[in-house]
Amino acid sequence: MSNLIKDNAIVADEWTRVTPPTLGEETVRKQAGKVVLFKLTGEETFSAEQIAATKIPAGKVLVPFSVWCANKDALASRVSQGEVGLLVATHEAIEDVITEVKDINAFALVAVYVERFADGRIFTIGNLLRTRYDFKNELRAVGDVLRDQLFFLKRSGFNSYLIRADRSATEALASLKDFSEPYQGAVDIAQPAWRRTIR
Amino acid sequence: MYKYDAIDQQLVNERVAQYRDQTNRYLAGELSEDEFRPLRLQNGLYIQRQAPMLRVAVPYGMLSSKQLRKLGDIAKKYDKGYGHFSTRQNLQLNWPKLEDVPEILAELATVEMHAIQTSGNCIRNITTDQFAGVAPDEVIDPRAMAEVMRQWSTFHPEFALLPRKFKIAVSGTEQDRAIVQAHDIGMEFYKDAKGETAIKVWVGGGLGRTPILGTVIREHLEWQHALTYCEAIIRVYNIHGRRDNAYKARIKILVKALGIEDFKQQVEAEWLYLKDNPNTITEAELARVGQHFEAMPYENLPAHDESFDSAIASNPAFAAWVKRCVHAHKQAGYRAVTLSLKPHGHAPGDITSAQMSVVADLADAYSFGEVRASHEQNLILADVKLSDLFQLWEKAHAAGLATPNIGLLTDIICCPGGDFCSLANAKSIPIAEAIQMQFDNLDYLHDIGDLELNISGCMNACGHHHVGHIGILGVDKDGSEWYQVTIGGKQGNDASIGSVIGPSFSAEEMPGVVQRLIEVYIKERTPEERFIDTVRRIGVPPFKAHVYASKEATNV
Repeated sequence: MSNLIKDNAIVADEWTRVTPPTLGEETVRKQAGKVVLFKLTGEETFSAEQIAATKIPAGKVLVPFSVWCANKDALASRVSQGEVGLLVATHEAIEDVITEVKDINAFALVAVYVERFADGRIFTIGNLLRTRYDFKNELRAVGDVLRDQLFFLKRSGFNSYLIRADRSATEALASLKDFSEPYQGAVDIAQPAWRRTIR
Repeated sequence: MYKYDAIDQQLVNERVAQYRDQTNRYLAGELSEDEFRPLRLQNGLYIQRQAPMLRVAVPYGMLSSKQLRKLGDIAKKYDKGYGHFSTRQNLQLNWPKLEDVPEILAELATVEMHAIQTSGNCIRNITTDQFAGVAPDEVIDPRAMAEVMRQWSTFHPEFALLPRKFKIAVSGTEQDRAIVQAHDIGMEFYKDAKGETAIKVWVGGGLGRTPILGTVIREHLEWQHALTYCEAIIRVYNIHGRRDNAYKARIKILVKALGIEDFKQQVEAEWLYLKDNPNTITEAELARVGQHFEAMPYENLPAHDESFDSAIASNPAFAAWVKRCVHAHKQAGYRAVTLSLKPHGHAPGDITSAQMSVVADLADAYSFGEVRASHEQNLILADVKLSDLFQLWEKAHAAGLATPNIGLLTDIICCPGGDFCSLANAKSIPIAEAIQMQFDNLDYLHDIGDLELNISGCMNACGHHHVGHIGILGVDKDGSEWYQVTIGGKQGNDASIGSVIGPSFSAEEMPGVVQRLIEVYIKERTPEERFIDTVRRIGVPPFKAHVYASKEATNV
């Protein structure tokens, strides 16, 4: 059974996630360094060799941003056919992604990968994609996605959630309705409670 | 004070149901320890040495008598009959059972209370001055804004999982009593040149492992933009704050690393997008919330009361209490009263269920049914008639709530420490008790005068030791408990971080160390000087010399 929730229902996942192969022992982990590298500290990035060795299958594919960058031209026609989704990790700067892709709405799907439940950058990234970069298509949370993030993800502009494989998507579905009248304005409901109703 | 409407109540009820489900999933083994941790923490539940600890939110320190009675009942029913007021104006229960917590929350919800975001890496309880609304030096009553901010920060989706905890304080007085400079964001309200309410915004302050006072990021912010400006600050922090090392994850580290100018530039750039979004506060919304904080229905009273004056003249114990525990009020004929939770030889900030019930009764009888908790861990009755003070004192005294030591050496701010907290390096309560007993002579205590002594059991600094005139920090040396002493810290407008006087001391030495610090002060002080003034004038060396000279002498 599928573990994908989209627009309040469990649906089959049509997308194949493309993952660069592991080559030998080396995983490149950026080391703690200058201030500008804070966000990269200790997080896994793919090496040029890994990216070059990545095979992209036919059909709808979810491609890591760095892999897309290396295969931009080859993928261009598939993008226009709505067969390419862009996978962005929470440590990647979303403004750089936007600069690089130019038209984010060319992608039928943008997925944000969160390595750990506690990484709340995913919420800001979702918010920026919807409110600043005007992304209109499917916005999906993938990775360490558990039911207790769902309400916040929904409020941050996500409309699909790939629940971690060992958890039930059916149970997670219930969490989208944890709270009926949120206080503050956010992406899904822009007006705060006091602007929506007479209090 | 603020009264819930249907939306507030529904949200708290839904939270009870959500947390009950999370607890059930954990108990059924569906959630691992690691997965349950952030969930329980966002609900104020720690797993401690002896038992879990539940921190109940007391928004900006305001309590009704009904709420306080309920807290007393809960402490009796689910705990050992007492609670502990924390330096974030919240109430902590030290012995609840994990499986009882959903039931406790359900009971709290019946009196418009909860434990939402009292811990975890999210926006915590917003704190303010315990004399808000009654202080003579108040420019703006910050409570309506604190409530608007409480609602905005509750389950704010973008800031649900920040790199680290995030603390906001608001203040609307000339003399800051909310330590705005020691907060992730401090908002200082003032009237600008046009007579409009404006906010001076401080950012990047905090105590803990790396104590730093905040920096002004904006001198003038129109109050309407308070929320959107916070959103800009916290967004920059959420994206760029470190997540690889919990000790370097607070916003203060990011601000220091980037420099305030660079950080400010990023915040201002972000704010251009957020400014005027629907979270912008309107006059109408502030007025709606503000009506809950309107002035009490005061009687028109003369500034003096004969019975009060004669009680002072004839009863020295009452006079001593008035001197320390009774505070000026902006309404003629009224005073604010601090009920000391620092009786000598007891854990600072602790209060029994029976005492909570007494305080609730006193509030009903003398102070419009409201109580406040202070970050100094005492309780305040904010609106007491001069003519009622003597009666109030007699009842408070009988309940052990009238120790005349507010602002004195024994009014110690103290975290629960190694007796309870699993983070602590050392015990703090026994040190506080030993120091209180060393200075048990009230005349001597009053002669020493204003002095703030703060104790933390570890570098997380829950006891605010960095800003104590005398600060004591529990440290671990090869598995045994030692205490490092700082002097010269201060809260308020001229806040400062204390300086370490030298190598640390054993628990047994601590009362003597404080004694010797006081000896230097008594010898060196000018007639007008408080301890902190003398430290600032003569510096650390004379204190250090005397403390360690006697230490060497005893070692010989």
